[in-house]
Amino acid sequence: MTLRLSIPWREARAPVLQGRHGGGGSKAVPAAVAGGSRWSGRTRPREEAGLKRANFGDGPGLPTLLLLPQLLILLFFFFIPSLRALMQSVLLSDPFGTNVQFVWFDNFKTLLASSDYRQSITVTFWFTVAQNVLTLGSALVLAFATDRIVRGRSAYRTIILLPYAIAPAIAGILWAFLFNPAVGPLAQVLQGLGIAWDPNLNPADALILVTLAASWKHICYDYIFLVVGLLAVPVSLMEAAAVDGAGPIRRFVSIALPMLGPTIFFLTVMNFIYGFFETFAIIDAVTKGGPAGATNILVYKVFVDGFVNLDLGSSAAQSVLLMSFALICTLLQFRYFDRKVNYGV
Amino acid sequence: MVERSPILNMLCHAILIAGALMVCVPLYFAFVAGSLTVAEVQKVPLPWLPGGQFFDNLQLAWSKGNFSRTFANSIIVALGITAGKIAVSLLSAFAITYFRFRYRMLAFWLIFTSLMLPIEVRIVPTFEAVANAALPLQWLLDTLHIADLWRWISGHEVAIALEWNMVNTYPGLILPLIASATATFLFRQFFLTIPEELCEAARLDGASPLHFFWSILLPLSVPNMVALAIILFLFGWNQYLWPLLFTTDKDMATAVIALKGLIPRSDSEPAWNIAMSGALLTMLPPVLVVLLLQRWFIKGLVDSSK
Repeated sequence: MTLRLSIPWREARAPVLQGRHGGGGSKAVPAAVAGGSRWSGRTRPREEAGLKRANFGDGPGLPTLLLLPQLLILLFFFFIPSLRALMQSVLLSDPFGTNVQFVWFDNFKTLLASSDYRQSITVTFWFTVAQNVLTLGSALVLAFATDRIVRGRSAYRTIILLPYAIAPAIAGILWAFLFNPAVGPLAQVLQGLGIAWDPNLNPADALILVTLAASWKHICYDYIFLVVGLLAVPVSLMEAAAVDGAGPIRRFVSIALPMLGPTIFFLTVMNFIYGFFETFAIIDAVTKGGPAGATNILVYKVFVDGFVNLDLGSSAAQSVLLMSFALICTLLQFRYFDRKVNYGV
Repeated sequence: MVERSPILNMLCHAILIAGALMVCVPLYFAFVAGSLTVAEVQKVPLPWLPGGQFFDNLQLAWSKGNFSRTFANSIIVALGITAGKIAVSLLSAFAITYFRFRYRMLAFWLIFTSLMLPIEVRIVPTFEAVANAALPLQWLLDTLHIADLWRWISGHEVAIALEWNMVNTYPGLILPLIASATATFLFRQFFLTIPEELCEAARLDGASPLHFFWSILLPLSVPNMVALAIILFLFGWNQYLWPLLFTTDKDMATAVIALKGLIPRSDSEPAWNIAMSGALLTMLPPVLVVLLLQRWFIKGLVDSSK
């Protein structure tokens, strides 16, 4: 049965392979024709996903060689470290690594029971949600405005895109200066209004400061995707809606926004990833997790516990939890790919 | 533009001007602070107009931040990451789209798994792995119980292998950041859109796979490579955590890390003017790249996330 199944498959491939095998393929033709008539329902072979129809055929030698650099780097700097994190997360060791014990899931239990970790989860949650709302909201408004106007569009776009070039650490430093309680111009404005602003002492102020800096750096990313997405919304749809009497804002909310749905979903996932991982530099440059752990987001805590407190087991357990979270985000992104195909925007 | 609505258009301009101001205000104050003296920068309220110290401060920041050295490091690291990522992902994309072999899907999934795990997540074990890259090798030898045998044959060779320390080296700064699922998928998507006839024709003319890659696929990929290179250059230049951990030697630090040393802490002199000059200097190369190559930059940004 398997043999017969394979015959029409080869037959359909024959034109491709002829260039390589020359006359050698002639022997297979009668059998292939017979098979072809029998399986006439399947005229084309089952194509392998993501493989060119015109390919260089079988043989693992050369492709392995081509893949080797990528796979070696992944092995050394990705798979082995991830495995080590998994192993360390079930081990308990002292800071010098002289005494190691296997403790099952004790590291996770201690971690989830500790108030520090819970605080860190809460902080991360509010930080990423606030950052997400602020970033996506501003980007949507700016993208809408950009889509409406004609004159000066590229000038605005150039300026709004600038923060993408600026390192998160530098964005953090700029905002730390603006809101520095002693010298910062914006902090002076706030103090002039009678607000006792001091991110070095006041936990809420510190969280607001890093959220502002993180959003400022990331609005441009969401913005450019939304601008490009809006360009892809068919003009005919917009015109039809306008003829039906829908105003510009109504059209944006009822037509453009739903069509941008997949893009917005994708951006939300990317914003969460940014907030979770890439804001490390902002935290380290501005608040160092303080005051009193008010800005100690999860990824910063992994770093502090691993390199400052030398609590390797706990740090590894945190890494494992974060990795699971990142994997969930990856799967969510997969959904985005599927939905994108369906909507076609 | 479907209808005329001057009021809404004015409002849109106002929104965009507000957005542009939001971007520019921090940069403007960085410029103002960077042009004042230490005494002036501590005045309350801060002057809203720039002073006359701009170039002096730039010079001071340049020497204080060791920027002539750290800028060179940043350029080497950023270009190394860019070139490395593009080379590695071009090759693997070529392998998984143009060859049928047994482990093709496995390789594809191995690369895909790495997509969403940024280095920040697995920072401690990665640091250990690179601080002593021979560690897994040693672990392998230990589990296979051939360590003793190896040592018995040639003692010092083991000792060398076990201390392959990459701290404070360019490879240590570059290699862990080179693997890239995103870039691989970008090129894979692009290769899938290339007409099949090109490969068939090349094969009829007797071109080997590598010849096809070099004289057809590579030239066709140039626009994608340029667009991606811009994004990767920014990524490399703006790296923070990895260089922070990996450069204990000041001469190996990157510009962003050197800048961190210029920020006033509570116990030091509040020389914000120098810190802001340094910040402007450090952001200059990537900002110039974005300004000058904007069209390519947008293409790269949007393509590489698809």
